[in-house]
Amino acid sequence: MLGLDKKDTSLLIIVAILTLLAPFILNPFPAGSAMAQFNAGYPDLMQRFVIFGIFAIGFNILFGLTGYLSFGHAAFLGVGSYSAVWMFKLLSYNVIPAIALSVVVAALFALLIGYVSLRRSGIYFSILTLAFAQMSFALAYSVLSNPKFNLTNGETGLQVYADDPQIFHRDSLPDMPHLFGLSMRSTYKLDIGAWSFDFNVGYYLCAVIMMVMFYLAIRIFRSPFGMMLRAVKSNQQRMNYTGLNPRPYTLAAFVISGMYAGLAGGLMAAMDPLAGAERMQWTASGEVVLMTILGGAGTLIGPVLGAGFIKYFENIFSKINDTILHQWFSFLPDGIEDFMVFIVHPFIGKGWHLTLGILFMLVVIFLPGGLVEGGQRLGNWLRNRGKRSGEAKTKHEPAE
Amino acid sequence: MDAIILQILNGLDKGSAYALIALGLTLIFGTLGVVNFAHGALFMIGAFCAVTVQRLLNLSFQTVDETQKDFLGNPLKVDTPYVEAWFGPEIGAAIIDWSVPLALVFAIPIMLAVGYAMERGLIKHFYKRPHADQILVTFGLAIVLQEIIKYFFGANPIQTPEPSALKGSLDIGLMLGFDPNAIIYPIWRLVYFTFSVVIIGGVFAFLQFTTFGMVVRAGMADRETVGLLGINIDKRFTIMFGIAAGVAGLAGVMYGPLNPPNYHMGMDFLVLSFVVVVVGGMGSLPGAVAAGFLLGVLESFASTTWATTTIPGINQIIIYLVAIIILLTRPRGLMGRKGVMED
Amino acid sequence: MGILEVKNVGKRFGGLQALSDVNLSVAENTVHAIIGPNGAGKSTLLNCLVGKLIPDSGSVMFDGQSVLGRAPYEINQMGISRVFQTPEIFGDLTVLENMMIPCFAKRDGAFELNALPAVSQQKDVVDQAMHMLEEMRMADKRHMHAAAMSRGDKRRLEIGMCLSQEPRLLLLDEPTAGMARADTNNTIDLLKQIKQERDITIAIIEHDMHVVFSLAERITVLAQGTPLVEDTPENIKGHPKVREAYLGESA
Repeated sequence: MLGLDKKDTSLLIIVAILTLLAPFILNPFPAGSAMAQFNAGYPDLMQRFVIFGIFAIGFNILFGLTGYLSFGHAAFLGVGSYSAVWMFKLLSYNVIPAIALSVVVAALFALLIGYVSLRRSGIYFSILTLAFAQMSFALAYSVLSNPKFNLTNGETGLQVYADDPQIFHRDSLPDMPHLFGLSMRSTYKLDIGAWSFDFNVGYYLCAVIMMVMFYLAIRIFRSPFGMMLRAVKSNQQRMNYTGLNPRPYTLAAFVISGMYAGLAGGLMAAMDPLAGAERMQWTASGEVVLMTILGGAGTLIGPVLGAGFIKYFENIFSKINDTILHQWFSFLPDGIEDFMVFIVHPFIGKGWHLTLGILFMLVVIFLPGGLVEGGQRLGNWLRNRGKRSGEAKTKHEPAE
Repeated sequence: MDAIILQILNGLDKGSAYALIALGLTLIFGTLGVVNFAHGALFMIGAFCAVTVQRLLNLSFQTVDETQKDFLGNPLKVDTPYVEAWFGPEIGAAIIDWSVPLALVFAIPIMLAVGYAMERGLIKHFYKRPHADQILVTFGLAIVLQEIIKYFFGANPIQTPEPSALKGSLDIGLMLGFDPNAIIYPIWRLVYFTFSVVIIGGVFAFLQFTTFGMVVRAGMADRETVGLLGINIDKRFTIMFGIAAGVAGLAGVMYGPLNPPNYHMGMDFLVLSFVVVVVGGMGSLPGAVAAGFLLGVLESFASTTWATTTIPGINQIIIYLVAIIILLTRPRGLMGRKGVMED
Repeated sequence: MGILEVKNVGKRFGGLQALSDVNLSVAENTVHAIIGPNGAGKSTLLNCLVGKLIPDSGSVMFDGQSVLGRAPYEINQMGISRVFQTPEIFGDLTVLENMMIPCFAKRDGAFELNALPAVSQQKDVVDQAMHMLEEMRMADKRHMHAAAMSRGDKRRLEIGMCLSQEPRLLLLDEPTAGMARADTNNTIDLLKQIKQERDITIAIIEHDMHVVFSLAERITVLAQGTPLVEDTPENIKGHPKVREAYLGESA
């Protein structure tokens, strides 16, 4: 189907089903129950799932295939957001031109940064991208925000004001981002018994775009171009002596992944018409690295899993507090209960980043293939256990 | 002329910090071949050693002083630090006052231990893994370390003042024969600069004049051959990592009075220090030091009102701009050697 | 006029004159061996031919065109393929993929943004690669990761990858270094077969005299960065200068 083989088609279908049914899947607990705080099916969070999914899918095209570790991808995300908000300010709140411009501007920006950074490889490349991203952050935060020339509105962040031109804006259109009149914020609430589900326009726009981008990523992975990118990672020397020029291949991968990041940034602005410099900081670049590695770099589904995993647990962990912990451990004797809460306390709430850092280290050390490899290992282990005999040889399947 | 000297002096303190961190980074690159993204965290831990010492020295017990009354007429509770009780009020107060320099003594064993634990516990297992993995795992470690510090010390910057004897400023202009008040320079900055020069000189002398240093230098040039000679180079490299951690930590201890430490100061310095290393030339110790001071001074020149009015915000981006230009024209950096980290 | 003409090439590394005044002419459709003791400058010369090093002086012409100043991939596209001392292959890719990459390079040139169709749909390239794998007798290993193969197999794969580009000049850098006798003989047979079946010029740098005398039609002896003699294998065998260069004593 769609030029994919059977395995990839089923992967795409699974992703499509999961994203389209996300409002149900993420809200497993009845609305009024004590567990309802662990529901993740509200529009804001669901949008973040798929937007960061797009970001990570794009990052993986560069890092997963070529092995070039960029520490500056957040710059493209930020540029995308700024471009989109400018479109809102100048034209109208329609998201189509905003998203289109964010992709184009991110592509140009990535072309420039990539052209310079890719003159070096390895660790130099990582540091160059890092330097570029920090420079972009400084530019956005202060340099390009002065009375004479205010492109980014500095600390406050770029937003739409009432006196902006918005030349195509009509009174009949919603006063917030919309798709030809359909507001991104409009949500249909479905109540079934005690359960409540939100169907949000913005989420579904992002979800559809993510599926398209996921599909494109599969095509790229399976194409001769994708194979060349893996060749770049594997042996550049051999590539050079096989009549292939690695640099345009890597640059193309860099620009494509920059466009994915720009698209994600544009969508972020489309969900909430605001763009701030902090989106470009290198810790934000680090976040997408974490997502990709955690899920499984170089695999198709890994980055999506990683993005979902991190955003979900960020949300859940930040909500857990000591009171909840005491409820969980209340079956234990008092002293032990307090002790358990004391032990777990640093890792929850504001300690989420500590948990994330530890988790990330563990993954890099013990599970370089990320969650996908973990899943495969678990699958193999279960299968071998099922067979119960030593006759089965574990075959190492290449990670998908 | 005096304005130029002032800007050079202003750049020296940041430059010193860059140079010290970059020196450690380069030592680790050169000896262990590892890209350590957690090096900034070591700087930060050093700064928090000073915070800890300051807090320990200020540990107090309460006594009720019947001679003094608060505004309600109740006897006043007075906190007396233990050190003042033990050593007498005057010496005790002096000890507390000098807590930052005293923290150096406390920080040295701590930093060596942290460095040793890091190398033996984690970095050791990554020598043979790709650079990307090294970056990733040390990046993870940096997050963990900074979150731990945040957990114990909170998110806000903590004041760690310099000893009152070293507060205030010197009129350096007057000493150099300029008009009075032309070049006013805080004493602690001068102390910091001198301190970093001593440390840098110490590291260089150590590498230059000791057998240990000779082996390490040989190992930096050609690790395999030195290994073949039957010298236990790994053990020496572990010690080297400890030293690099110590240098970063001591740089952090002394930096507190210039800028109150917070948990993310390490990350802030790390990015710039990497740029410094790259500009200086990966694997070149003199390059790292020279580039550290150079970029510090450049940053200070870019911060003058003249520069910022000509190009707004130039002070924020000057270092990156310079780094990019240098890397494009001299890909190996100012003093880089061929073949370092180029595979 | 040979297919490869090296004229007055010199190369200096700091204080070391690695090559001085090297002249070499490789005739089309011959096997030409370059031998010499360690440090004679064989590898430096080879690197000057493929664009890894640029000589300080002299010229290198391939088929009437200068290769100097061109990047390795450009020189390869001119028709020079190189086999390395330790096999350079794409270890993370499967054997079939390894073989397809040079086929793509042959078909599409140094860069082609062919990002949407699946590799499996490129029938011409798949067929070509399979054909070459069969010729190299490794079609059954096509789904293996290349890194997992034995050294002999890696060597054959690398030679096959070079051949699938249909190069006019094949450069081999000590192709049997570190190989067991049996593997060495297999490689010799493979190279003989390659030579028989197609019009190709082979230049080979080699230490192993057994390999050299089994294959070469012409031999150039390099010593201390400069060619000593160039002759047929028969004449080289007894040549006093050669023995002097190798044994360090006058015969």
